[in-house]
Amino acid sequence: MIYKDVIIIGGGPAGLCAAKILADQDVSVLLIDRDHHLGGQLVKQTHKFFGSEKQYAKNRGFEIADILIKQIADKPNIEIMLGAFVVGIYKDHVINVFKDNRYLKFKAKAFIIATGASEKSLAFENNDLPGIYGAGAIQTLMNVYGIMPEDEVLMVGSGNIGLIVSYQLLQAGVKVKGIVEAASNIGGYKVHASKLKRLGIPFYMQYTVKRAMGTTALEAVEIIKLTDDFQEIEGQTKIINTKALCIAVGLSPLSQLLGMMEVNMKYVKELGGLVPVLNTLNQTSNPNIFACGDVSGIEEASSAMMEGYIAGLGALKHLEVPHPRHDELLANYHQELASLRHSSYGEKTLLGLKKLEGGPYAN
Amino acid sequence: MLTKTGVPTKEMVLSKFPNRDTLKKPKAILECYEAIPCNPCATSCPFDAIVIEDGMTGIPSLIADRCTGCGQCVIACPGLSITVAQLIDKKALFKIPYEFSPYPKTGEIWHGLNRNGEVICDAQIKQVLVTKNSKTALVTVLIDEAYLYDFATIKRYER
Repeated sequence: MIYKDVIIIGGGPAGLCAAKILADQDVSVLLIDRDHHLGGQLVKQTHKFFGSEKQYAKNRGFEIADILIKQIADKPNIEIMLGAFVVGIYKDHVINVFKDNRYLKFKAKAFIIATGASEKSLAFENNDLPGIYGAGAIQTLMNVYGIMPEDEVLMVGSGNIGLIVSYQLLQAGVKVKGIVEAASNIGGYKVHASKLKRLGIPFYMQYTVKRAMGTTALEAVEIIKLTDDFQEIEGQTKIINTKALCIAVGLSPLSQLLGMMEVNMKYVKELGGLVPVLNTLNQTSNPNIFACGDVSGIEEASSAMMEGYIAGLGALKHLEVPHPRHDELLANYHQELASLRHSSYGEKTLLGLKKLEGGPYAN
Repeated sequence: MLTKTGVPTKEMVLSKFPNRDTLKKPKAILECYEAIPCNPCATSCPFDAIVIEDGMTGIPSLIADRCTGCGQCVIACPGLSITVAQLIDKKALFKIPYEFSPYPKTGEIWHGLNRNGEVICDAQIKQVLVTKNSKTALVTVLIDEAYLYDFATIKRYER
């Protein structure tokens, strides 16, 4: 058994920012990530980020990852463990970590869960044909490993991920056959949509995927028109020839570890699924467990960073070694979060948070 | 409609352009129609010519007198939604952001595209500037004045 004051699970924007708060404080920290590098999804993001300078706006995602990693690298109180899977978390505050074919046990006084999210899928005939990808897989192939997934791709989903990955595909020289969207409005930022429109990329609004066609691999996709309440209109189909289909239909919080600790959680559609009930320190109903980033509700990386800072402050306070600037920083980060959520996109998050607070499990 | 097609209406576009007299000098055209919590355009401007309501959450507006058309905001905007326009002798000179490899070369003639991605005119590449801090190139192109309000970006002639 190895003892730590704080264990952060997940080294994406939220976990890295939590670590930044804990750096140089009088606590021992272990930062664990299952990947072989820190940065989470940031390392795949080649577009410039929105927000303010406080979230490193106008830098590209992978550049922000570098900035955040540098801030915590070589800190004597922070141990970083990569390629490590947290397979269990138990009520006596022990986690079981699988690394290099061995199971290791760690015990901590506080845990910061920053595990992020997983991609949602889409059910349709033949959706297991080779050539059908999630957006994360396409980004990993292209932007992490430099491998072109195919020379043509049809995108499903016009949220920011679908729009951004379409643009990144174009930058890589891949032909984007179009963007299929079930809703009548484009889901993501309109500036991202305009970037694609002015390059002539078609949007198939109020369509969904009916089936994938092909014998050994994807050859074409049949899409079908939808009514305003998402019912298929029989006969109104189109067949689009494509060797690859990219599915970008949203994310759900990766909250299984929180479930193992039996913290109060609630299903909130607006936040992407099952999320923990949190106080203003991002502390769950179990005072030793904190959560931040997409695991506590799907938002942008900018919000995840602010939540990470808050969870870091919360953990220090819980350990009774509060950050010397606790009150000032906490107020700043909450103000910044409020500001980031002050838009038509933030409304959904705010509604979700309201439902979460007012829910049957609220405490 | 922008929310259904990704293409702003003509009225929306015109609302972002200063009058033609003002455009005798280069001015930033802030084609940001949607309030996104974002402010690099304002913070990158060396002349404080861009104002955002509430500091970050509103839609940016230009104080045209202060704008020198330097193009800093064009490179900074994460949405690639800013250009600089200027009218010179029946021509329109644009500075646009460009993020595809390879970059254009000075002297080349490319297609000019409208907001729908349709080829509308020729675009003569006048200058290609790549700063140290950004991979977004600032490309200066010359087009016919008639396409001032329609021009959106450039595309290489296909061989």
